[in-house]
Amino acid sequence: MSQIFHRSTNTLSRVTIYAAVFLAAGLLFVAAALDRSPYNTRQDVVLKQPVPFSHRHHVAGLGLDCRYCHSSVETSAFAGMPSTTTCMNCHKQIWSDSPMLEPVRSSARTGTPIRWTRVHDLPDFVYFNHSIHVAKGIGCVSCHGRVDEMPLMRQAQPLQMEWCLGCHRHPEEQVRPRDAVFSQTWQAGDQASLGPILVREHRIRGARDLTSCSTCHR
Amino acid sequence: MSDDPRDESSSARPHGRQFWRSLAELEGSPGVEEGRGDEFPPQASEWPDGLDRRRFLQLAGASLALAGLQGCTRQPVESIVPYVRQPEEIVPGRPLFYATVMTLGGYGHGLLVESHEGRPTKIEGNPSHPASLGSTDAYAQAAILGLYDPDRSQLLTELRGVSIWKDFVAALQARLKAQEALDGEGIRILTETVTSPTLVDQIRAVLDRFPKARWHQWEPVTRDAVRLASRAAFGRILETRYDLRSADVIVALDADFVTAGPGAVRRARDFADRRRVRGDGSGMCRLYAIESAPTAAGTLADHRLAVRAGAVPIVAAALARELGVPGATGAALALEGSQARFVRAVAADLLARPGRCVVIPGEYAPAAVHVLAHAINHRLDASGATVVQTEPVEPEPIDQASSLRELVEALRAGRVDLLAIVGGNPVHTAPADLRFAEAMLRAPFRFHLATEEDETSDYCQWHVPEAHFLEAWSDARAFDGTASIAQPLIEPLYGGRSAHEVLAAFLEETPRPGLAIVQESWRSRLPAAGFEASWRRSLHDGVIEGTALPALTPAHRADSVREAVGSIRPPGEEAIELVLRPDPSVFDGRFANNGWLQELPRPLSKLTWDNVAYVSPAMARRLGVASGDVVEVQASGAAARLPVWVLPGHPDGSVTAHLGYGRRRIGRVGTGVGVDLYPLRDAVSPWLVEAAVTRTGERTDLASTQEHFLMEGRHPVRRGTLAELRANPGFVAEMEERPAREESFYPPHSYPGRAWGLAVDLSVCTGCNACVIACQAENNIPVVGKDQVRRGREMHWLRIDRYYEGPEEDPAVHNMPVMCMHCEQAPCEVVCPVGATNHSSEGLNDMVYNRCVGTRYCSNNCPYKVRRFNFLQYSDERTPVLKLGRNPDVTVRSRGVMEKCTYCVQRINGARIEAEKEGRPVRDGEVTTACQQACPTQAIVFGDINDRQSRVALWRSEPTHYGLLEELNTRPRTTYLAKLSNPSDDLERG
Repeated sequence: MSQIFHRSTNTLSRVTIYAAVFLAAGLLFVAAALDRSPYNTRQDVVLKQPVPFSHRHHVAGLGLDCRYCHSSVETSAFAGMPSTTTCMNCHKQIWSDSPMLEPVRSSARTGTPIRWTRVHDLPDFVYFNHSIHVAKGIGCVSCHGRVDEMPLMRQAQPLQMEWCLGCHRHPEEQVRPRDAVFSQTWQAGDQASLGPILVREHRIRGARDLTSCSTCHR
Repeated sequence: MSDDPRDESSSARPHGRQFWRSLAELEGSPGVEEGRGDEFPPQASEWPDGLDRRRFLQLAGASLALAGLQGCTRQPVESIVPYVRQPEEIVPGRPLFYATVMTLGGYGHGLLVESHEGRPTKIEGNPSHPASLGSTDAYAQAAILGLYDPDRSQLLTELRGVSIWKDFVAALQARLKAQEALDGEGIRILTETVTSPTLVDQIRAVLDRFPKARWHQWEPVTRDAVRLASRAAFGRILETRYDLRSADVIVALDADFVTAGPGAVRRARDFADRRRVRGDGSGMCRLYAIESAPTAAGTLADHRLAVRAGAVPIVAAALARELGVPGATGAALALEGSQARFVRAVAADLLARPGRCVVIPGEYAPAAVHVLAHAINHRLDASGATVVQTEPVEPEPIDQASSLRELVEALRAGRVDLLAIVGGNPVHTAPADLRFAEAMLRAPFRFHLATEEDETSDYCQWHVPEAHFLEAWSDARAFDGTASIAQPLIEPLYGGRSAHEVLAAFLEETPRPGLAIVQESWRSRLPAAGFEASWRRSLHDGVIEGTALPALTPAHRADSVREAVGSIRPPGEEAIELVLRPDPSVFDGRFANNGWLQELPRPLSKLTWDNVAYVSPAMARRLGVASGDVVEVQASGAAARLPVWVLPGHPDGSVTAHLGYGRRRIGRVGTGVGVDLYPLRDAVSPWLVEAAVTRTGERTDLASTQEHFLMEGRHPVRRGTLAELRANPGFVAEMEERPAREESFYPPHSYPGRAWGLAVDLSVCTGCNACVIACQAENNIPVVGKDQVRRGREMHWLRIDRYYEGPEEDPAVHNMPVMCMHCEQAPCEVVCPVGATNHSSEGLNDMVYNRCVGTRYCSNNCPYKVRRFNFLQYSDERTPVLKLGRNPDVTVRSRGVMEKCTYCVQRINGARIEAEKEGRPVRDGEVTTACQQACPTQAIVFGDINDRQSRVALWRSEPTHYGLLEELNTRPRTTYLAKLSNPSDDLERG
């Protein structure tokens, strides 16, 4: 009786089994890449805003301090978004009839708040606190990038857990002197030697503390 | 085996266990023993019926695929909506606290309410308020859910049709105009007990304008007996309050003084301060409880005497006679046997400490008991020391039952033209023999101000939605007279009006808003100079300085005793008595729509979602019923069918049942829960009626948590006496073998920094449940419903285990709050396949919800059974108004996720961040867990056990300190101080 399967079937089946491993690995790789891709993280994606607010203009051009608008960044978990009246402090006088600013004026007129699109959005089970990061000498730039170079706001970092943990494991790579926290342009001469000194000075807790689950999740 | 002598005595008992949680356990029923080994009660993880293998595989495959896909969701795009004009004091992300006051039975309890961007989320006690001292009861904790109740009335209605405030005011004022010529003869105002100075001013102004109008008060949890007794003893109605700080001996005459009545939270604190044993235990007071139904006071008592309610006056009179109170004589007062011995021992103890002892009569005891207590306290020189008399807190204290009767008579006679029901629900709560509902229909114009559309609204043409107390300006006085302003935390969610605004409609063409009314009333009371400053200070502090009532020294009328003794009728031996009480959860029925309270396991019975007839085991045997069997209780010409609950320690020949259930109309949660017992109530004797009880043969399913989450172990609760402690300070530790620290499979953790720990002092836990609700409010814990509770799926992170010890007729009761132990060698951590539960650097056993896949291995491996699983989607994520009340600092969990006590990690992190910003260590006491903060007796302490000076470290160094199941070497961070009692030698030797 002749063989049902041709001899080449043996090879084919071996190759198939062998290839399945690569296929599975490949699929996992694709999934991981997709997970880290801007499609998922929205890194560098510019979202539509009611007013095309330019950080470059306000920060680099006019020299406004971050805290003028994000006023609770040193005291609260939430950095704070400027109220309409904060915008109107200046825009009563300047560009007071620019059509771009109509949503701001209309908000002031009607008392309806402006709905900004959230650019930096952590999942709801993450409890990030701005004030402690600022107090420990983590600069705005570390997470938000050079906003003074952004005409339209975008998310500069992936904001995924592995990215958070990178710094929670090695804060010395990001920490800066307290008076440079809000600076967009500060550069460490030698972060490798300055970092550990600042970590001690600012009493930044050890990696075991900072990577406990309940540090961020509760 | 341990060498503890009690172990032998317990093994000599037929069923071996010294402590038992239910009668089934005492009898050693097999089901209970099986349940001990399971993670959840057996029914919790039951499959739906009729599931075959094929279907199972289908479902398993589908859920795997769906669960996998569910994990792939992308974050939705969200918005940030800043203020248009940011209020100066609000920092987004940081809560603010406002002082206000809540009333129950008219009396105020000072609160601090946490508000996140204008949304109140959590209620705490106000440390500066005398009734609170920072603590609250379960009702206050649950009030936040009442605020956001989506079933609250939302529309002003006329004849069930939608109307508006302006039309209501016009209609009311047209009626008033017609009454003007008649001097207001047809006007009747019915309120609950009022202590609010502003409201009383307004009502008096209405009575000035309409001299023939009348004001009636009716509070279903009536204190008429207290008022009448005061009038009998002192010639006029006075307020009696008890100062337990200097009381060495306390006798509770059917008095649940730690949980019932105005000032209970404060009394519990003062009592506990004299019960916490430190050092040699000098200064520990002694409590004798004589009670007709098991209560919190009885669980704390050093000696407890269970008597039928009808016999309480006799015991009181016998005690008076024993103490030589003039007038307390009579043959009927002779007691027999153990009762006589008990009374003799109590009397001897009292006489040994004149001026440092107190007899407290129960809120629900008849007037004779109160009169006798006044006389006894007078005889013992307690007046002015442990008993303080002041002017009444209520500006118009009246006999409310007669007042209501008068109103009904006027209604029947057609003399009432305008019936204003301002708060309360008299159709449901009025004594049935008055037939109030029928009578009130005779009034042509009736309106009802209430937070819910309820039974009374059905009988009124107009229903005005009432603002919740967190939405309105008002004021109230506490048990000692201290006045507080109630300030709103939020604009009325549903356009409610306050009682002040409704009363203003009687006086003003355009009624002023509440703030103007309350402020003006205090402008006349506070010094004109600097009013603005003192108003602001009063609002900030939550108390108005100098408003506490000074102590009086009224002359005691000695002949009141003779009258009281003369009025005592010995109860018929055969008659069964029905003891009615307000419910520990829904009170008089007003909280019936509050899911947190409905699902709260009631003290002692651990029942949820029902009211029952509590009977003694002997009586249950006589009736041939078991827990869950329905009986018919007949009293006052009415009958009610309700399930029996066999309660060990309940006096024989007596049935205790709680009011407030069987609401016919309130909301989706409370309508139809339990059985209405108001029809069985009698206006003359509201708390005790003669009854007949018959078996019906029906059965009903009750949801009790008493056998849920049973643990192994011989000494879950450890207890002893002061004498034992003095003889052998190490006796608690010796009860169980303590393994060496290094005996473990797992490498030890090190805690170089902080190490959080929590300790519970069992000596002062009253089992009042305030902590359970506080935990629920703080941690967004969902309500699961009666059916799910029956399956053992309740979600409370903190449960209060109740253990009985001794014979079923008169067992000692021990309460034991059990939350996550945060073990240093946690059995749950090592079995989680996905690393969802981990050990933090400070020793917290962290739970990461977003990692949890719901294997439930952790709860399977938890010997304390403190983990709770979301078997279904319990959190209501759909109802918008409920979202407002959630704690924004805590994740709302969804289906398929395990959860448990976190030691309020959000509070720890908050305090740590503040401390780190200031560059200092976290101070002891800076982090309080929600349960600790609410606890009226301060039985819970939390802190850093590495800090030798912290309170928790000091508690842990006490000789009575022990860990639950510490023989397992889990090294729990939650630990206990053994329950100590201070029994009298006389009765012990007995």
